Amino acid sequence: MYKYTIKRILLMFPTLLGAAVLVFFMLRLIPGDVCELRMAGTGMYVDKEAIATCQQNLGINAPIYVQFIDFITGFFTFDLGNSMWTGKPILHEIGLRFELSLQVAIMATLTATIIAIPLGTISAIKQDTWIDYIVRSFSIAGIAMPSFWLGILIILGLLIMTQKFFGNPWMPPIHYTPIWEDPVANISQLIWPAVATGYRYSAVATRMTRSALLEVLREDYVRTARAKGLLEKLIINRHALKNSLLPVATIIGLEFAFLMGGLVVTEQVFNLNGLGKLFVESVTNHDYTMTQSLVMLVAVVFILTNLFIDILYAWLDPRIRYS
Amino acid sequence: MSALLEIEDLRTHFFTSSGVVKAVNGISYDVQEGETVAIVGESGCGKSVSALSILGLIPSPPGRIVGGSIRFQSEDLLGLDDLQIRDIRGRQIGMIFQEPMTSLNPVLTIGLQLTETMEHHLGMDRADAEKKAVEYLRLVGISEPERRMRQYPHHLSGGMRQRVMIAMALCCEPKLIIADEPTTALDVTIQAQILELMKNLTKRMGVALIIITHNLGVVARYADRVNVMYAGKIIERGLAADIYREPRHPYTLGLLSSVPRLDQPRQQRLDPIDGQPPDLTRLGEGCSFLPRCKFSVEKCVSETPPLETIGDGHLSACWEQENLATARG
Repeated sequence: MYKYTIKRILLMFPTLLGAAVLVFFMLRLIPGDVCELRMAGTGMYVDKEAIATCQQNLGINAPIYVQFIDFITGFFTFDLGNSMWTGKPILHEIGLRFELSLQVAIMATLTATIIAIPLGTISAIKQDTWIDYIVRSFSIAGIAMPSFWLGILIILGLLIMTQKFFGNPWMPPIHYTPIWEDPVANISQLIWPAVATGYRYSAVATRMTRSALLEVLREDYVRTARAKGLLEKLIINRHALKNSLLPVATIIGLEFAFLMGGLVVTEQVFNLNGLGKLFVESVTNHDYTMTQSLVMLVAVVFILTNLFIDILYAWLDPRIRYS
Repeated sequence: MSALLEIEDLRTHFFTSSGVVKAVNGISYDVQEGETVAIVGESGCGKSVSALSILGLIPSPPGRIVGGSIRFQSEDLLGLDDLQIRDIRGRQIGMIFQEPMTSLNPVLTIGLQLTETMEHHLGMDRADAEKKAVEYLRLVGISEPERRMRQYPHHLSGGMRQRVMIAMALCCEPKLIIADEPTTALDVTIQAQILELMKNLTKRMGVALIIITHNLGVVARYADRVNVMYAGKIIERGLAADIYREPRHPYTLGLLSSVPRLDQPRQQRLDPIDGQPPDLTRLGEGCSFLPRCKFSVEKCVSETPPLETIGDGHLSACWEQENLATARG
């Protein structure tokens, strides 16, 4: 297990290198660059010399391999440089938003897990009863409903309900406060996007829990447990649930990694300055350094989440031996 | 003295989209204390379903017990509620399944799977149950039982797993053990060991045993009495020796002559039973073995032969059983 973990961590490097090559060259396939965009983007008079100077300053007219080596050495020495668009240090720009995005992702994952596992379990146990139908409708609705739309509904609902019951409309805070400065303000702002995305995310996980559990409940060893006269509660909790959580863990892990950078529209709705927004901005601005750094960050998150899930697998299922 | 287990006209049907499968269609048999009873028949004749019905383990839907009674120590098991039947399962009646590879939970240790039954039924604490579990593992012939307790099923071979299953079935000292094809999935060399072990332990502990099998060799060696099943019904019953020496149903006769025998010349060809067992969704009037029977008469088409006593403890459901006796003799 220990050996396996080390091997997996070492394997991160080739994977990251692959991601780096892809993003680096694909970005440069997009016509235009940050200087042209800044100088000529308005459609007014274009000063060719100014553009050349700009390119010179940012180093984007240097030979491509020089740029690539710069990028790679920068990444592995944690020196990501400055944003080409704002000129501010990338670590600083990302740092501001990383905390927020990470918190939303964790809260959404928690929400999803808390909803999905009990609901999926009940739904499987009460298969084809009205309880099952309600749970299934609830989860289908979650898949069908875009989280940003649910977000809008939540904000409107909050405004209308608080107006009705307390006389004054209340809205979640607009500005982000770190959780250690003011936990109440922080949570009351971030709980809503977490619920909006967590619901959709839980829908997938609920259905996965249900179908995995239904499959496990038909296994011979569950019949053995029944033949031993154990109570149904123990059979589900001890004999069935652990076996059925493997695919659920996979889904939850992948979704978590996706949330770190994929929440573009939901961030917009809740006015959050997160990684998703930064991502879109940096791509439209042809901000090579920033986009590269963000892609690498998401890649690292994906790899670490996968590693965590694999370790979780071994814990859930002793047959899986990593050696 | 009443029997340990009495099954009366048990009917278990499966309600599927392609019709009602009458897997068990009115069977009656009994098991005395400490006795070994075999239920023999080919695949799909309802022998496993009849066993699962005793403990209420029929998957429902689609299965349902639609009639009959199952009395265990004079208590009607079909009248019990869910909690009461769970007190019988594992505590009074143990069960051993066919597939040792899949019948143990892969993610739980052997120890936990053994102790949980004792903790649940006998109210033991963990430490006592563990001590007892080690004893039982030793009893079923597992080496280094203390170490095995912490292992998972995938560390054990099929034969070892079946031994664990036997320990699990025995550990609450039940009155009856139902073994559903306990050796079918095992290596031939292991089969005899496992059966020998089951026979010895049940005899020593005074536990009655129902062996469900399609293997007549198993029956001959280990069973006191035999019930032969065909198409959801018992068609012949008797002492194992009687059934062997003097089968009184064409199906039993067919089964016996399709097995190679050491006491007969080697050149003689085996004689398989032609045809297929009937579709259990469309059982009509008449004897269900009729299409495959070499001894049929006109009466067999219209009337189902009842299971009737033909000798001391020997019953057969065949109109022609007397002629069968003379034909063979």
